[in-house]
Amino acid sequence: MHHNILEIKQLKTYFFTRSGVVKAVDSVNFGIRRGESLCLVGESGCGKTATALSILRLIDSPPGKIIDGEIRYHDEDLLHCSGKRLRQIRGHGIAMIFQDPQSSLNPVFTVGDQIAEQIRMHLKLKRRPTMERTLHLMEQVGIPRARERMKDYPHQFSGGMRQRIMIAAALSCGPEILIADEPTTALDTTIKEQILDIFRDLKQQREMSILFITHDLGTVAGIADRIVVMYGGRIAEVGTVYDIFDQPKHPYTHGLIDCLPDISARSDRLTSIPGMIPSLIDPPDGCIFSPRCPRSMMVCRQKRPKEVIVSKEHLVACHLYS
Amino acid sequence: MNRRLVEVENLKKYYPVTAGLLSRHVADVRAVDGVSFNIMEKETLGLVGESGCGKSSLGRAILRLEEPTAGRVLYKGNDITTWGRRQLKELRKEAQMIFQDPQSSLDPKMTIGDSIGEALLIHGIGTEQERLEKVTELLQRVGLEPEHTMRYPHELSGGQKQRVGIARALVVNPKLVVADEPVSALDVSVQAQILNLIMDLQHEFGLAYLFIAHDLAVIGHVSDRIAVMYLGQIIELANRKQLFSHPLHPYTEALLSAVSVPDPHQKRKRTSLPGEVPSPVEPPPGCRFHTRCPKVMEICRQESPVLRPRTGGRLVSCHLYG
Repeated sequence: MHHNILEIKQLKTYFFTRSGVVKAVDSVNFGIRRGESLCLVGESGCGKTATALSILRLIDSPPGKIIDGEIRYHDEDLLHCSGKRLRQIRGHGIAMIFQDPQSSLNPVFTVGDQIAEQIRMHLKLKRRPTMERTLHLMEQVGIPRARERMKDYPHQFSGGMRQRIMIAAALSCGPEILIADEPTTALDTTIKEQILDIFRDLKQQREMSILFITHDLGTVAGIADRIVVMYGGRIAEVGTVYDIFDQPKHPYTHGLIDCLPDISARSDRLTSIPGMIPSLIDPPDGCIFSPRCPRSMMVCRQKRPKEVIVSKEHLVACHLYS
Repeated sequence: MNRRLVEVENLKKYYPVTAGLLSRHVADVRAVDGVSFNIMEKETLGLVGESGCGKSSLGRAILRLEEPTAGRVLYKGNDITTWGRRQLKELRKEAQMIFQDPQSSLDPKMTIGDSIGEALLIHGIGTEQERLEKVTELLQRVGLEPEHTMRYPHELSGGQKQRVGIARALVVNPKLVVADEPVSALDVSVQAQILNLIMDLQHEFGLAYLFIAHDLAVIGHVSDRIAVMYLGQIIELANRKQLFSHPLHPYTEALLSAVSVPDPHQKRKRTSLPGEVPSPVEPPPGCRFHTRCPKVMEICRQESPVLRPRTGGRLVSCHLYG
């Protein structure tokens, strides 16, 4: 029986806009275990970033609002704890790396200062131990000539290096859980591999849990223990990495896997999922994937599918299995 | 037997670096540093390399969207590097471009119909009615609806905007299309749709493509031949089968091994390249790749290798091969 250190229950995060209510996260449930790498996979607009931001209550309010659900971290509900307690947890218990290192690093402070700031705030160390720790972190994430480069500014680093700095800053207080939102998306393929290596090492050395958010299933295969597939603000399927790749159940998961370019493939033509990602404003009744689903049935247009357990770690929200 | 559509001879594109109050020219960013290759009629030549290797600069220089610093580009046997404005305008009917970021390459104040039809207007092709018909026909051919002629870019999704970019490039019936990272900004499933479209259109319109990307898996799907670029130079050129089954250059090997394989069972041997791409302002002496090459020899640090032919019509620039 696995114990979740973070548990998301029935999370609903909506955005109240002039065009209507965007149901970005529409009743999402899953948990993260100690030391595991959980990948949250889905295309743009599926709600994965909104889910991650909700965990740390970083949703822009207005127009967003977490209207329902619980986020249990150990024994606390993060959605209802005090602001002070939340600030203690952010960085120290749960840290986050955002999508674009360019815009997340402050251009007017040195990178050393930005990493040190985290340490000073949470660990309250004196100046020298803070600097030593900063240096050690930069070396750990593979920044060459770290002692000199601590005094450089973000614009003096390449994209891959900036991502490493973000990781160093996020790790500075030894969090239990690291949330990484599309950390390798903007990077070149060889640099991507270097960054994934860092994550793999971290997981192993520190027994840290990683919530890795991406739209790229290819990246996921190399790093995930378990995978949560999201579509239209809802969970489509959850399973181990082998469950998902070897025995995908949800037609959307099938579709996502099929449309990956594969260099060993014989055929020239790529399989694609017809149609487009749905609007999350006033979604129709029933399964939100049914308009694009090759196996859609009558019931799919009427009732939203419940999550069904397919095997030990594998569940799917699809009428084909209920 | 297809003819040579484009012949690039020792092309160079340098961007000046200035310093000081008087903006003295102190150095050059050698973005493209002596590149030669051909593009045959109706073929897709893939150009792959990481950020900063010069592939976008090369694509633009071939179309004279940027002025080459040195070298020649022959189009159907004519040296277009010497052409004046009037002749270049004619070239634009034959050679077009699809840009990476559909967001910034479409004028937000122009309707989709006007954006696509603009080229027809500039070249004085057809009456207003005929232009509208052609635009509508092309819109449908790229998978959009006639009603989209009246929409503005902000009303479309990323994938839809890219389809508009493609329609706009094809409206003048070109023979050559330079596609600069046309799918990099798109989600995987949309990527598949757009790649299929690009390939279908090639057959239908008899197009040649220079397909620029950093993702080898994508390049592998669409290309007949592939040129690999590193720091301003082509280091290997081979057909798709040759490159994927038997890469010669160590950099090509590294790129190949960094391709995300969507299979958790494959713990492939990863050639993780150390370090980062050196600055194109001061490329390393000798072979530019020597600072990161796992197979570096003494000669590599001193002498620059040259692109030499091997059996099967392929080329490689590496001291490992004499």
